[in-house]
Amino acid sequence: MEPILQVSGLTKTFHANGKPDFTAVDQVSFLLYPGETVGIVGESGCGKSTLAKLLCRLLDVTEGTIRLCGQDITKARDRELFGAYRNIQMVFQDPLTSFDPRRTLGDGIGESLRNAGVSKTERERRVVELLEQCGLSETFAGRYPHEVSGGQCQRAAIARALAIKPKLLLCDEATSALDVTVQQQIMELLKELREKEKLSYLFICHNLALVQSFCDRVLVMHEGKIVEEGTTDQVIFYPQSDYTKILLDSIL
Amino acid sequence: MSEGITVRRQKRKSSHTKWKLCFFLTLVILLMVIALFSEQLAPYDPYEQNLMEAMQPPSTKHIMGTDQHGRDMFSRVLVGGRTSIFATLALVAVIALFGTVVGTLCGYYGGRLDSLVMRISDVCLAFPGLVFAMAVAALLGGGISNAVLALAVISWPKYSRVARSQTLALKTAPFISAARLSGCGSNQIILRHILPNILGPILVTAMLDIGTMMMELAGLSFLGLGAKPPVAEWGNMMSSGRSMLQMYPWVVLSPGIGIFISVALFNLLGDTVRDYLDPRNSRSR
Ligand SMILES: Nc1ncnc2c1ncn2[C@@H]1O[C@H](COP(=O)(O)OP(=O)(O)OP(=O)(O)O)[C@@H](O)[C@H]1O
Ligand SMILES: [Mg+2]
Repeated sequence: MEPILQVSGLTKTFHANGKPDFTAVDQVSFLLYPGETVGIVGESGCGKSTLAKLLCRLLDVTEGTIRLCGQDITKARDRELFGAYRNIQMVFQDPLTSFDPRRTLGDGIGESLRNAGVSKTERERRVVELLEQCGLSETFAGRYPHEVSGGQCQRAAIARALAIKPKLLLCDEATSALDVTVQQQIMELLKELREKEKLSYLFICHNLALVQSFCDRVLVMHEGKIVEEGTTDQVIFYPQSDYTKILLDSIL
Repeated sequence: MSEGITVRRQKRKSSHTKWKLCFFLTLVILLMVIALFSEQLAPYDPYEQNLMEAMQPPSTKHIMGTDQHGRDMFSRVLVGGRTSIFATLALVAVIALFGTVVGTLCGYYGGRLDSLVMRISDVCLAFPGLVFAMAVAALLGGGISNAVLALAVISWPKYSRVARSQTLALKTAPFISAARLSGCGSNQIILRHILPNILGPILVTAMLDIGTMMMELAGLSFLGLGAKPPVAEWGNMMSSGRSMLQMYPWVVLSPGIGIFISVALFNLLGDTVRDYLDPRNSRSR
């Protein structure tokens, strides 16, 4: 089976003026197969968000290659990149700031359809459908981000990500800003979508319990490098690297 | 309990701001309507000379007196207001538009263009504005449109600064990333997501700028670099009356009152618009 995502030797170096160069992501390689859910864990600042932004090309790659559904998107621009966004979408950590404060949630959810040239009436129909799929009533289409709760906003963000039926969903700490019960509900939604939509996930999270219940495989990141990789149970119960042991000890 | 109280207070505060906004907006619109129809409203022809009635003090016949040519000051202030106010509005509109476009593009794309434009605007901001405008106006020759042009050349950087810093702050916001993932190109991101979000601060800057610009324009005219006599304009009216200030103060005071009232009104409106757009107000709105 061909992997959806094929990352090899991915490196990102930030050149800040005045400061020494900083390599936030260092020679990261991994594969992600259709239907698979891969978790990425690691302490704060180890480069998880940077990796996520690289994968959907919100940042330029310093070195290495990213292949998405067999297509090399490492240097993709404009049209090519928009094509890639039909396959990969992202859910952000802070739901409220991931929506334009001056536009309604419905606008945000329908934006990718609008850019794809879908007509207004068709778009409205789809937005309602997507909202319902994510457990929100259609009245939410007309609401502004500051008029809804964090959990509702994150549901809307998931609806937006699903609008153009991607194959791979990147969740960058998608539940970290939410309280425990809402977190649970969002996880239920993600699990449900995995069944129904045959989605693959790259799930960035520092809550190991969530990772254990949700992911097939885990990558452990430390200072920009992947220090351990394996099935969830393997990594959690039989950690190989020293860093993973320390990470597990600090949490359990 | 206490929450209910704060909510109520906030609501009252925001409705208070709204009321103030309506009030000042009405006054400003009234001012503009008066300026627009000044020729019809003026009791006398502002350009008709009548030397028999020169230098009359304010009376029931001429409520602001007359000038050295016997022209009715009140009519002249009304008609002069049209030149002053609409020239100022045109000036502010031009620099706000140009500055915003330049600033947004600089903030969004960065790079060489950005450094170049920012150096130019540094120069403009560091240089005493009126002196530079005088030089430009002198170079272009007199006339109100040249005065507007001269002030525009040195005043747009204020807006490009505001637009640029706002754009820089927004550019890294998650909702911009989300828009990009939704397939928006740079044009759509700027037009749909950045401009609408920076319009508030730009609008406030513009509203507060109207007063200043009106003064500067009047200043240029006062120095003989703006509207040329006999065209009635507040700055050159004050200028032509200045030698008579001690004997016939109304000749200078009347256009002064015009400037004072309109600058004050536009500034008050600007303050109110700022309060109204303040994010702390927007939630309860
Ligand atoms: N634009 C940038 N310029 C310079 N350094 C950056 C930039 N973005 C991120 N970094 C650095 O890269 C490192 C990794 O950041 P990143 O946001 O990827 O961490 P993270 O693993 O997502 O952390 P967290 O769990 O707190 O979200 C950090 O040390 C950060 O300071
Ligand atoms: Mg992060």
